[in-house]
Amino acid sequence: MSKSRHRASAIAPGEIQNVSRRRFLKGVLSAGALILSVRLLHRTTSAASPISIGMTHADRATLHPSAFVGIESDGTVYIVAHRSEMGTGIRTSLPLVVADELDADWTRVKLEQAIGDWRYGGQDTDGSHSIRDFFDVMREAGATARAMLIEAAAARWKVRPAECETDLHEVIHRPTGRKFGYGALAADAAKFPVPDRRTLKLKTKSQWRYIGKGHPSYDLAPICTGQAVYGMDARMDGMAYAAVMHPPVLGGKIKSYDDKEALKVKGVRQVVTIDPFKSAPGFQPLGGVAVLADNTWAAFQGRRKLTVEWDNGPNAAYNSAQYKKDLFETVRAPGKVARTAGDVDAEFKKGGRAIEAEYYVPHLAHAPMEPPAAVAEYRNGKVTAWTCTQNPQAVQDIVSQQLSIPRDNVICHVTLLGGGFGRKSKPDYVAEAAVLSKKIGGPVKVVWSREDDIKFGYYHTVSAMYMKAALGANGMPTAWLQRSAFPPIASTFKEGELYGGAGDLSLGWTDIPYDIPNLRVENGPAKAYVRIGWLRSVANIYHAFAVQSFSDELAHAAGRNPVDYLLELIGPARIIDLKGTDYTNYGAPYSYYPIDTGRMRRVVELAAEKADWGKRKMGNGTGMGIAVHRSFLTYVATVVEVEVDGGGKLRIPRVHTAVDAGLIANPEAARAQFEGAAVFGASLARTGEITATGGIIDQSNFHDYRVARMPEAPQRTDVYFIEDGAPPAGIGEPGVPPFAPALCNAIFAATGRRIRELPLSRHQIG
Amino acid sequence: MIRLKVNGVERSFDGDPTMPLLWYLRDELALTGTKFGCGMSLCGACTVHLNGKAVRSCVTPMRLTESAQVVTIEGISANGTHPVQLAWMQINVPQCGYCQSGQIMSAVALLDTNRNPSDAQIDEAMSGNICRCGTYQRIRAAIKAAAGASREQK
Repeated sequence: MSKSRHRASAIAPGEIQNVSRRRFLKGVLSAGALILSVRLLHRTTSAASPISIGMTHADRATLHPSAFVGIESDGTVYIVAHRSEMGTGIRTSLPLVVADELDADWTRVKLEQAIGDWRYGGQDTDGSHSIRDFFDVMREAGATARAMLIEAAAARWKVRPAECETDLHEVIHRPTGRKFGYGALAADAAKFPVPDRRTLKLKTKSQWRYIGKGHPSYDLAPICTGQAVYGMDARMDGMAYAAVMHPPVLGGKIKSYDDKEALKVKGVRQVVTIDPFKSAPGFQPLGGVAVLADNTWAAFQGRRKLTVEWDNGPNAAYNSAQYKKDLFETVRAPGKVARTAGDVDAEFKKGGRAIEAEYYVPHLAHAPMEPPAAVAEYRNGKVTAWTCTQNPQAVQDIVSQQLSIPRDNVICHVTLLGGGFGRKSKPDYVAEAAVLSKKIGGPVKVVWSREDDIKFGYYHTVSAMYMKAALGANGMPTAWLQRSAFPPIASTFKEGELYGGAGDLSLGWTDIPYDIPNLRVENGPAKAYVRIGWLRSVANIYHAFAVQSFSDELAHAAGRNPVDYLLELIGPARIIDLKGTDYTNYGAPYSYYPIDTGRMRRVVELAAEKADWGKRKMGNGTGMGIAVHRSFLTYVATVVEVEVDGGGKLRIPRVHTAVDAGLIANPEAARAQFEGAAVFGASLARTGEITATGGIIDQSNFHDYRVARMPEAPQRTDVYFIEDGAPPAGIGEPGVPPFAPALCNAIFAATGRRIRELPLSRHQIG
Repeated sequence: MIRLKVNGVERSFDGDPTMPLLWYLRDELALTGTKFGCGMSLCGACTVHLNGKAVRSCVTPMRLTESAQVVTIEGISANGTHPVQLAWMQINVPQCGYCQSGQIMSAVALLDTNRNPSDAQIDEAMSGNICRCGTYQRIRAAIKAAAGASREQK
């Protein structure tokens, strides 16, 4: 099996597989299924104009065999990081792969962050696919440079290249022990042709110096000394600081406004309007009134002094409390069938024991610690932006559309991101800065306050799920029906979208991996009243919550140990057959990354073993719960331990997370992601809830949109990796989905209370 | 005119006295290591030391800084060599890093008053600092490591 996993993917060398806009509009991107697979290493041009050529040290270096690598005569190696760093470590992890195949000394490597440019391939850093998509590309980038250095050394020594090897920044002639440093060879190596990728000799796994061993973040010291530059820290000479008063209801328009008092605020320079978006919002600015000032504080103060009369428009009809009832009504009726096997209805009609349950997960906000911020300058038909974005190419697209300039006239520099979680792949705030710069004729820094961030986000959708199972004599389900309804991500990009598309439903819903003969998966309609966007692990959050909570309910109904029951639900090791189901598989070929229940079983077994499942007393306020979920091609089982006192005070002393993410390039960074995912899961489960009244978001800052602080977070999370030869899969997101159901299953074990609607704060558990 | 010292350097300010120290540091002095996260003293990203005590600079108006000694993340050591910074690096605490200036400033203030904090004391002292990436268990470990390193030095 592992051999088939390693078959090369279907993309031919040198070919760029582009993204269809339509798939994007269907919300596939949200699933991380947006794949721009590239083998463009040996080209410096691509279908899009390579606007950044010559802008990097790598390009200008003595030896520059590809867009990603440059080597100077002093031995300095420049490596271009083309994905955005929001805390996953990707800015370090991918260049480490290059450095490994180059056999470079990491202490002599300098990283450069790429601007938005298609010559690097896709740069949309979400969907947990950076390593998966670029691991081979990075290896080839390193190996190409290394091959050229060897050629140069061999020519100088007048020996065959095959007699030469490399070791930490040097080429060595094996028979004689002669050596040249990389810097001394760079100029000669540049005279050789760039070798064909098919002739490259990649290292064997045992030769890896950095891959699988990892390295601390390149930005560690700058972060710990306050020198790291985030979008919020970017500046241009003479820039105006802007605060935008957005329409309180999505799609609202200005009826009238009065800026007299705002203009009296010391430091306020001017007040201008931004047009509302047209059609579906997409990444367009929300519109509103912008106050431009000498500093952030003056801009904020000026904004407070604005008086605006709004036409709120039809989304003022949104009341989330009523909407919740409507969603439950929707899932009580049949929906569109997304996957079916056997005959669920016939099985239910037999009249055996049936169990039903309904689940609910509210809207969530990303709330990255750094609110959205962007600096942009429009000059002579060109825009230069500096911003914290997960997707500088989307910045190019939206800015070019907003200002009617060619995409290649948009230079987007990428800073570090103070968290992203999907919010910063939606560059509406960068478009605001560009629009404002053009309006006022100078550089503008747009700063979103925390209130802006919470009230005007791209919310994780709100969802209801209805589950029904018929249990056979042995307590195992003979039929399983699951229905969901949620406003889909596609509604943000196209008006009137009501149903979950394959991009939403493939995330833990149609791909339910259980061994049940009669199975039906449905989805009902739900209208969006706010911008719906992808948030770390996306639809997997609510799908896993329903499926994994319901699995635990059935185990208890059957009087079984939840771990044993879960393993029996998963059934024997096999590949799940999803023929006939519109399944996106995170954009990866199914033959290469199939749903393998053997791998799923192993993470369940490992997490249970590490947690001493079944060996410790539960009840009386102490409990353990388990959940398992495959997302972003990674298998994760989580056991959560809880203590709940009589007053409902919840403590999470320990979390055990078993992970099969295939090959792990940077284990320390990966471990941190799963530790963090447990905290992210604790936040959403305990207190995560965005509500709306009259179309206006009720929450505004961390007092009413609470996220886990140190005492509320798991006290300790242990992460266990299984690596058995599978190719690399997702790291940043797949830790999130199993957490909330495992937590709620633990609360049930501890207290007998079954939580079917998040968050826990609604149930006086906190 | 307000006179104060920031990281040992004499400064004067004659702008809006209600402007929070945060924006003076960030927008006027370009000391951007101190971060904006909430503006309401809820998240701790803006934590600095005012006369030796940890304060939230986002709600500390400039008028309260007359004659004050302000220390920011840029000022706690010459080259990132404060024991707390060293522990942060040794344990690889940061993910995105945005909150970590504030976390470090809170941790330094904690260890200044308590050389050997318990888990509960760490939780108490650090509960005003949010980390959305979820680095709390490493923060706790780093504070203990820094405390241990400081004790060994004595």
